[in-house]
Amino acid sequence: MPTNEEVFAKVQEALVDALGVDDDEVVPTATMVGDLGAESIDFLDIVFKLEKSFDIQIPRDELFPDDILTNAEYIQDGKVTADGLTKLKERMPFADLSRFEENPLVQDFGNLLTVQDLCNYVATKA
Amino acid sequence: MRWFWIDQFTEFVAGKKATALKSVTLSEEVVDEYSPGWPHFPSSLIVEGFAQTGGLLVAQMSDFKNRVVLAKVGKCSFSRPARPGDLMTYQVVIDNVQPNGAMVQGTGLINGEPHSSVDLMFAYLEDERFNDVELFEPAELCRMCRMLRLFQVGVYEDGSRVQVPQHMLDAEKAILTK
Repeated sequence: MPTNEEVFAKVQEALVDALGVDDDEVVPTATMVGDLGAESIDFLDIVFKLEKSFDIQIPRDELFPDDILTNAEYIQDGKVTADGLTKLKERMPFADLSRFEENPLVQDFGNLLTVQDLCNYVATKA
Repeated sequence: MRWFWIDQFTEFVAGKKATALKSVTLSEEVVDEYSPGWPHFPSSLIVEGFAQTGGLLVAQMSDFKNRVVLAKVGKCSFSRPARPGDLMTYQVVIDNVQPNGAMVQGTGLINGEPHSSVDLMFAYLEDERFNDVELFEPAELCRMCRMLRLFQVGVYEDGSRVQVPQHMLDAEKAILTK
């Protein structure tokens, strides 16, 4: 099992390659979209690179649970409902959702994932 | 407008790898006019050649039903310009396949010498959002694949031949009997 440092180094390399950012921009607290400028198509690239680097499989809905965010059952007035948040927490134990919970606007979800979240996720698979 | 940037497939192993050739000739407008006085084949069209080789390899995995688009060019390097008279060889290998796209690695040769390398990412346009969008008319795509000799050289890993998909045959038949 890789150490936290090894996981971070590989995630950092994948993000530098996929997003064309500098090493020093990829810090644990950086958000993928807001800080590193990832666009939706980049996430496919990132998944490809992480799968290869760690020799793991990343199911599509595991890292980005779009099915919850597009399910009317879990969305009300543009916000994720309490049930929806519970579902998200179940599906994304690797992510820190505490700040999102304060005002769970669906439109803000895309900018939730941080580099550390990605490392946490990969660590559960590697 | 013609948009063929490979001349023919010489190898096509379904879901795995493909090799295509491209002869660079002065009779092509892009070679002559892209940089007047210094005829060469633009590097951007070399990437397109890799994309056509890899894109058809990826598209064949779904019998050409997935809407495959080049989504991203990762690493890309060239050792020298491609000039009139050069024979380019595009070798592509599928690196990774996902439900929503595929990654392809390409190596290019000029007259047998190493020349270029690319990493390409293809995405599938989703049915939910692009259901009424047809990137290629099936009969036209079939004609293109036939001209590129894809079905003549195409095999699966077990050696069995890649067949023309039935929906393409039906589309061709519909045109011929119209």
